[in-house]
Amino acid sequence: MAEYHLTTPITEADARKLKVGDVVYISGKHVYTARDEAHERALKMFEKGERPPVDFEGSVVYHVGPIAWQKKGKWVIVSAGPTTSRRMELFEDEFLRKYKARIIVGKGGMGPKTLGALKEVGAVYCSYTGGCGALAAKGLKDVRAYEWQDLGMPEALWVITAKEFGPLLVTMDSHGNSIHADMDKLIASRKADVYAKIGIKQ
Amino acid sequence: MQDPYQVIHDTTFRLLKKAATELPKDVKEALHAAAERETNKMAKTQLSAILTNIEIAETGVPMCQDTGIMIFYVKVGHKFPFIGEIKNAIEQAVRKATAEVPLRPNAVNPIAGGNSGDNTGVKIPWINWEIVDGDSLEVTAFPKGGGSENVCIVGMLKPGVGLKGVKKLVVDNVMSYMGEACAPNIIGVGIGGGSDIAIKIAKQQLLRPLNDRHPEPEVAKIEQELMEAINASGIGPMGLGGDTTVLGVKVDYAMRHPASLPVGVAVQCWAARQSKAIISKDLKVTYVTHPVEGK
Repeated sequence: MAEYHLTTPITEADARKLKVGDVVYISGKHVYTARDEAHERALKMFEKGERPPVDFEGSVVYHVGPIAWQKKGKWVIVSAGPTTSRRMELFEDEFLRKYKARIIVGKGGMGPKTLGALKEVGAVYCSYTGGCGALAAKGLKDVRAYEWQDLGMPEALWVITAKEFGPLLVTMDSHGNSIHADMDKLIASRKADVYAKIGIKQ
Repeated sequence: MQDPYQVIHDTTFRLLKKAATELPKDVKEALHAAAERETNKMAKTQLSAILTNIEIAETGVPMCQDTGIMIFYVKVGHKFPFIGEIKNAIEQAVRKATAEVPLRPNAVNPIAGGNSGDNTGVKIPWINWEIVDGDSLEVTAFPKGGGSENVCIVGMLKPGVGLKGVKKLVVDNVMSYMGEACAPNIIGVGIGGGSDIAIKIAKQQLLRPLNDRHPEPEVAKIEQELMEAINASGIGPMGLGGDTTVLGVKVDYAMRHPASLPVGVAVQCWAARQSKAIISKDLKVTYVTHPVEGK
């Protein structure tokens, strides 16, 4: 379990170095938010041969719908904890293949399709503690742009400069490991004990 | 005499701000206790992040970016003189809190699409009204986040499965959503009544203080049993492993139809936000969960 302080853009080699259990802190200009609708739009644009307003290659894509407000005409992130990543399982593998983001950040983990794409592309999935919006906002220093505003504040594409954004826990790596899959197995193995406590024999 | 509308409005605004930024004392204590008790390394890191986050939030920042959909529980004394002011005052307070706390705009039209931008819209804020004896007004702001709401369920069980079946439903639900609802969770269970009544009772249980037990020993025993069973699962904070999957399980019931056994299961994330105040008929305000300092 190593600790890394990485600066964006992140190379494929850097991403492949990371293993489950590692802790990562991110600094740099290539930190973008994307939830369901931003993923969908980015993929549609790719199909049409259009370019999104940012280059996702080497970036950190954060599953979050932040609270932000304008102070003296400038957008500031107020609170920005992760949203449930499982919803993005629908598009993340394609997104990774097409755009080559290197670190996906969210909560709750993702499924086998994403795990496969992480391996293929050379990227990782990191878990950020859910609900910790105030803490996360500390590392999201500067909003450089607020794109796709028509999607609304939570679903828009926020373009952010991060400084020591973390701790991000690598829970899915590019070597086929997933703490989430391991947890599923562990819980399944404990099911009989849990049932026994409520008087159910399997 | 103060303007009753203004008093209800200003009180509700403070409730919303406090709910978003400061956890009730019992929840905070339970999280601290869990952090001390846990031996699992993953659990320790998750709880430590949560505790740091809570401290930062108390400076006036929403602890979670999902500041919830706006739900209120309102108990109106039958002799409270300003009943007509309540709804409008609450709605306006929601708009002000959205702009000034700030809260994330979370009211989306499911038919026409689009976010209203101010947390109000058709039937939102949702107000659970209750008429009670007395002459005061009790308002509880209960902003509910989407992650934990997405794993709430209603089960229409066959009465033959009995209480064992009820418990199984609750436990199976936790083992299917794992950490996705930002564990450690608080779980409310409502048994009986009907489909709507069961989930309503379940959700109301989330308002109970963590350290209380159901007054009926048989029900209190189910609460205890469920909590121990779920915590034996090893799911842990954020589903990354540990002994603290739930901080509490609260159960209540209503009589049921002979042919039905409805069970509502309401799930609350660790950011168990609520704030309550009582306004007397002469417009004196008492803040229950978040007292004003020096009072």
